[in-house]
Amino acid sequence: MSEKNFIENDFCITFSTVNGSGSATANTTIMRALFKMGIPVSGKNIFPSNIQGLPTWFSLRLSKDGYLARVEKDDIVVSMNPATLSKEIEYITNGGVLLVPDDYAVHDIRPDIIVYPMPIKKLIKDAEVAPGLRDYISNMVYVGILSQLLGIDLDLVYKALDFHFKGKLKAIDQNFNVVKSAFEWAQHNIEKRDPYTVKKMNGTDGCIMSDGNAAAALGSIYGGVQFSAWYPITPATSLAESLIEYLPEFRIDPDTGKDTYAVVQSEDELAAIGMAIGAGWGGLRSMTSTSGPGLSLMSEYIGLAYYAEVPVVIWDVQRVGPSTGMPTRTAQGDLTMVNFISHGDKNMIILIPGSINECFEFGWRAFDIAERLQTPVIVLSDLDFGMNQWMTKKFIYPDQPMDRGKVLWEVDLEKMLKKHSGEWGRYRDIDGDGIPYRTLPGNMHPKSGYFTRGTSHTEDAGYTEDPVIWETLFARIAKKFETAKKYLPNAIADYKQNAEIGIISSGSADPAVVEARDLLAKQGVKTNYLRIRSIPFNDEVGDFIFKHKRLVVIELNRDGQLHQLLTLSFPDAAAKMKKSAHMDGLPLTARWVEKQILENEENS
Amino acid sequence: MTTQVAPSASLNLNKVGLSRNDYKGAPSTLCQGCGHNGIAAQIVAACFEMNLVPEKVVKFSGIGCSSKSPTYFLGRSFSFNGLHGRMPSLALGGMFADRTLKGFGVSGDGDTASIGIGQFKHLVRRNLPMVYIVENNGVYGLTKGQFSATAERGLMLKKQGTNPYLPVDIAMEALISNATYVARSFAGDPKQVKELLKAAIAHNGIAVLDIISPCVTFHNHENSFHSYSFGKQHEEPLHEISFVPARDEITVDDFEEGTTREVELHDGSHVILKKLEKEYDPRDRWQALRMLEEAQVNNWLITGLIYVSPETPSMFDIYNIPETPLNRTPDSKLRPSRESLDALNDKMF
Ligand SMILES: Cc1ncc(C[n+]2csc(CCOP(=O)(O)OP(=O)(O)O)c2C)c(N)n1
Ligand code: SF4
Ligand SMILES: [Mg+2]
Repeated sequence: MSEKNFIENDFCITFSTVNGSGSATANTTIMRALFKMGIPVSGKNIFPSNIQGLPTWFSLRLSKDGYLARVEKDDIVVSMNPATLSKEIEYITNGGVLLVPDDYAVHDIRPDIIVYPMPIKKLIKDAEVAPGLRDYISNMVYVGILSQLLGIDLDLVYKALDFHFKGKLKAIDQNFNVVKSAFEWAQHNIEKRDPYTVKKMNGTDGCIMSDGNAAAALGSIYGGVQFSAWYPITPATSLAESLIEYLPEFRIDPDTGKDTYAVVQSEDELAAIGMAIGAGWGGLRSMTSTSGPGLSLMSEYIGLAYYAEVPVVIWDVQRVGPSTGMPTRTAQGDLTMVNFISHGDKNMIILIPGSINECFEFGWRAFDIAERLQTPVIVLSDLDFGMNQWMTKKFIYPDQPMDRGKVLWEVDLEKMLKKHSGEWGRYRDIDGDGIPYRTLPGNMHPKSGYFTRGTSHTEDAGYTEDPVIWETLFARIAKKFETAKKYLPNAIADYKQNAEIGIISSGSADPAVVEARDLLAKQGVKTNYLRIRSIPFNDEVGDFIFKHKRLVVIELNRDGQLHQLLTLSFPDAAAKMKKSAHMDGLPLTARWVEKQILENEENS
Repeated sequence: MTTQVAPSASLNLNKVGLSRNDYKGAPSTLCQGCGHNGIAAQIVAACFEMNLVPEKVVKFSGIGCSSKSPTYFLGRSFSFNGLHGRMPSLALGGMFADRTLKGFGVSGDGDTASIGIGQFKHLVRRNLPMVYIVENNGVYGLTKGQFSATAERGLMLKKQGTNPYLPVDIAMEALISNATYVARSFAGDPKQVKELLKAAIAHNGIAVLDIISPCVTFHNHENSFHSYSFGKQHEEPLHEISFVPARDEITVDDFEEGTTREVELHDGSHVILKKLEKEYDPRDRWQALRMLEEAQVNNWLITGLIYVSPETPSMFDIYNIPETPLNRTPDSKLRPSRESLDALNDKMF
């Protein structure tokens, strides 16, 4: 094959394995080695709701241009699961590659596909691996062969294993020896017939690798989280588990040796939210993390926190619903539920991170917003962000001090009383911004205590059923959500010269939109793009909508939920906003987005 | 001339300089004669006598007539009236804010034994230090007279007919969930309610008080377990109970040698039990369970301190939580340093 026909740093490898076979180590090792070579990578686990035995896939995309979205076709397939082989073959691009163990029966394969059989059993036998570890370590064979075929630096494979096994030499060596012998075997036995190759570049400078749940947990820690209550649920579990992993490192008080935090695994989500709200009321930076089913259970308490004005942060790492749906697949399907959650009228603050870095940022920012506004803040992440490893810019230290909001301790309360002729009321709007002052339990001032309730109350927290008082106080609460806009992350708009099409999207749909815009631009179709980062929508959103005649709202759900909310907020623009929603459990691709925009252009 | 404080006035102040009035709340809006009112009065008395500072008390409740009662005592204390059946989780989170506070939870039999039984048992299992009072009337008061899970089999209610199920025994449920303090009393026996409350306040762990509290409006039938007349006739105290706070010297003149039993609580205070008939040791969980079973079979309303385990570590001990309130932690101890993030970034792959 001549040099110019090589496809360098721009293809997709899919690893097909069986759940529970330990392939994750092998797959992330390759991904990390490529990342250390400076090649932009993104990895997506497509896994079943099962612990052992069902098929699972890991798609690893290399993109010299830095695109991180999923792609529909595979250039290389490493098949370690005979049960799904024929399906995978269908997805291989024209002239693509298939690596299979040499004992698989490979019949009637498409003639354009290049097949490399791998002598897995033999190599493992030669490596003298303990019988119990054989299946697990056999994944390292494809790491070695692939490294040789593509040109992955073995030293970096070693580095990746070192990181994975946290420096434990025995484990590193046992795995690496297999990688090395497979590499050598390939050197001597495989004649390269495919065009795919990797080369060092500097596309990952200033970047790290993390999943969104770890980023969210770390962000929360830098936001000073003090209390977290949670109940296990995919794909949110690893968020709480990351808190448990990292908190001891950062938050044991060196002066006392005591923990300045508590993480409680509750009996269910009804309790998780109750605990989190109790702690938020008590003045702790408090959070819970869950997914759709758990959030459904939390609904009633969230309404209480809204009306009683209690700060709390709730992470919803979305998966496919309704009901148990597809619990291990990704979606943006909880947006309208979250916006309207709980009975009665209300407003909800929603934050939507659009990258792993923003998962970190919104981790700390959510507490500032919740305490400033004294209300629940729901952060909408999803499985794609939460559970996949992403390359992302290094985490950035908070650029402002913690905002603890309007809290009165003894001295503050005394001052307040002096200023207001001895009176103070928990729900009085003293500053005219809709946000009242609160005291916290343990405040020793005899006037600090008040009664918190979800039933109707006066400005001084007394019980009432007076219609006027109800309506006045309820209107004052709504006012907070006008004030809110200046505390929420702005939508980010990107304008291209003379572009007429406006794309609106959010969250993990971003990588597909970004790439699709480039694909479109190459065809002369120019687009502007607005990425929404919070609700209630700020002025940027109205502005963007106003400026365009044709808008397409891209999202990963069936009903076009972002489109619905935009239509409600901007009814005059309803006719010009097109819903482009689709959800099959897989992250969106640039090709799909591109097609949506082109179709909309044809029809308009 | 300086005015002398009349000795009688200072007699009405407790050791923290407060009068009984300082422990009162808003006037009750419950029905006249409701058992819950009597319990609120005893909470006032117990807190006064135990010299609690109202600012050091925090109250929680669920939903129901019973759960309204935190309004009627300790008006100066912080209070949170939560959701039906979900006071335990709210209290757990709230108590973590400042472990030096005394927690009071007030719930009903519907709130605790029906919708909230899961949260109740898990709170008990975790041994969160707080006083957990169930004002048990065998009926849903606030929704106007439906059977609750503690209603006895065969009970007839106007709109509901006859109850076909056996009741849930709250004391038994608490015990099975490894509660570290379990007592039962009867709202019509104020002295016992007060002494049990005082011992519960001194206990370092979850203290469950199942207090039979008649609903005079929807459920006060002559022969029903949860009525005043039944309580008055069938109450069988396990023992007479006196509570002696830690700093009071114990003088047990009126308790005859051999007929009393003392239990020392975590803070050094004592519960003195005067034996009535049976030899009963409230530190023996097995005996407690057997006694409850026996009482059920015989239709006795056994009251008193059923079980106590003063030395079991509390949830705060398990969690390594500092004595200084968490909600007063300075921001500088909450947000890790800039350098630590640089180090973290370098450590990430
Ligand atoms: C989720 C929910 N379901 C139902 C209700 C209606 N409700 C209010 S109080 C109550 C029962 C209260 O009974 P109990 O706890 O025994 O208190 P009591 O009024 O008898 O003191 C019910 C069912 C509610 N408030 N919330
Ligand atoms: S209805 Fe029953 S429980 Fe409710 S206040 Fe009246 S007497 Fe008490
Ligand atoms: Mg009741």
